[in-house]
Amino acid sequence: MTKASNLSARKRNERIAAYVFVIPAVVLLVAFLVVPMIYTVYYSVFQYQIMRPDDITFIGLKNYVKLFGDSDFWQALKNTVYFTVIVVPCQCALALALALLVSKKFRGVAIFRTMYFSPQLTSMVVISILWTVLYNSNPNTGLINSLLTNLGFDSINFLSNEKTAMNSIIFMSAWQGAGYQMMIFLAGLQGIPGEQYEAASVDGATKFQQFLYVTIPGLQSTIKYVIMITMIQAMKLFTQPYVMTQGGPKNSTKTLVYYIYTQGFQNGNFGYACAVAAVFFVIVVTMSLAMKRVTSATD
Amino acid sequence: MTRKPQSKKASAFLSKFLFYAGNIVIGVIFVSPLLWMISASLKPEADIFANMSSIMTFVPTNATLSNYLEVFSRMNLLVVFKNTLLYIGLILIFDLIVNSICGYALAKFDFKGKGLILNLVIALMVLPMEAIMLPLYIEMSQLGWVNTLQALVVPFIAKCFSIYMFRQFFYDIPNDLLEAAAIDGCSPIRTFFNVVVPISKTVYATVFILDFVSHWNDFMWPFLVMTGENKRTIQLAVQSFFGTQPVHYGAIMAALVISAIPMIIMFIFMQKYYVEGIASSGIKG
Repeated sequence: MTKASNLSARKRNERIAAYVFVIPAVVLLVAFLVVPMIYTVYYSVFQYQIMRPDDITFIGLKNYVKLFGDSDFWQALKNTVYFTVIVVPCQCALALALALLVSKKFRGVAIFRTMYFSPQLTSMVVISILWTVLYNSNPNTGLINSLLTNLGFDSINFLSNEKTAMNSIIFMSAWQGAGYQMMIFLAGLQGIPGEQYEAASVDGATKFQQFLYVTIPGLQSTIKYVIMITMIQAMKLFTQPYVMTQGGPKNSTKTLVYYIYTQGFQNGNFGYACAVAAVFFVIVVTMSLAMKRVTSATD
Repeated sequence: MTRKPQSKKASAFLSKFLFYAGNIVIGVIFVSPLLWMISASLKPEADIFANMSSIMTFVPTNATLSNYLEVFSRMNLLVVFKNTLLYIGLILIFDLIVNSICGYALAKFDFKGKGLILNLVIALMVLPMEAIMLPLYIEMSQLGWVNTLQALVVPFIAKCFSIYMFRQFFYDIPNDLLEAAAIDGCSPIRTFFNVVVPISKTVYATVFILDFVSHWNDFMWPFLVMTGENKRTIQLAVQSFFGTQPVHYGAIMAALVISAIPMIIMFIFMQKYYVEGIASSGIKG
């Protein structure tokens, strides 16, 4: 046997091994991600009631036309965008502030890190139930209103007023999620060489100037990544409004995913819900592509 | 002359004091909701809302386990935990096998279609599950999988993010090591299992804990496909307990605490990998 044929036999073995290794994952991804994705688009051009699966009619783009005139859809889109636009900067800024507080080694640093991370140790369902109780509008039973009235403020109907319900969910979500992003920022901060701070401090830069001209540029790619994952997460908002407000009051916390759920599973308008889902998908993908663009353009 | 260093010392002390004070205040604000939850879970029902305006609301003075006993008697915890740990355990076993071999092939083998598959994996990473849940549900019902374990497990074995993490890790393994194994007569598949897997414990631990946490949080999908009461996962059980009469807040808080225990145990044992996993996702992303 020559060396060359030995090598080609090895190449062939490797190719066979490669297919054995990738096929299970690829089959599963196609069956449970790609196929359903195609079907989302496919069903979206049909009139399809879940109760009457034998009566499916092709209606072209009528679902999408209906979507344009559907005020509930616009309301859901508006709520989702509002949540995202407010929660992303708040949560990311909070996470960065927390990371700066615990980035240096000092006595007890592990305890503080764990404290800031602790809301992550339960689930969103648990957090939502807990805060529904904490947000209770009666100061005698709601912890937060009890605190507010003790400090001399009026109590607030956090979840039962359409003006405050979404903001209450935003506040809670930022509290719950910030610890996670803090961990990512901590890793990013460790990547900034200490000499840069020393050099800046020799040049007479104040702490705040160091933050602006050393920390922020050093964290640039981390910041972009954190913003992107927080944004995608925010667009998918469902659990909090489902558990806390059922989309109310007056639809003020009904989100796009919530609307897909109501239309598809509660009202049984499967085709129409798929049209909403397709639009939702396009928005999320466009957003992530735009973020990637921004990221690669500046790096 | 002597005043200056002293005031410098004083200001250093002051800034250190402010630093600790800031951390303590913010830390207390952060944990107070969870402290209240634990405290309320240990109080008799009548005590929970008795002194909301005093700090004593955080202290269970007449501590009792009766709320926990109530949860045990009203919620079938054994079944609920079995359901939850079984489906997550199954996902994770298959997840670690299927995604790691795929990641390895994409990192180290040459074959036709490799670029295409890698691009597919990266592209599908942004696909939100919520956008496909309607047809996925139809698929489940056509397969007869609604209300079965398969519906919770099979669609979630292959994960683009896990494949990507494995690929990045395996990519950095030196080729010399694989060459050496090949010269020793190891087939590519045996090389992977005998040489690569034993030195890759970190990446397996990281993927394990990240995926455990994400499935521990599963709510919407189990809620759609598992409608039978004895099929409920812990999140579903807790959510429905919240809305079930009689509403005893102590028992609700106890249920929340109980449901967090597995996650806290996981965190204690896997903390290093969990934190590293979160951090590395940021650096590589």
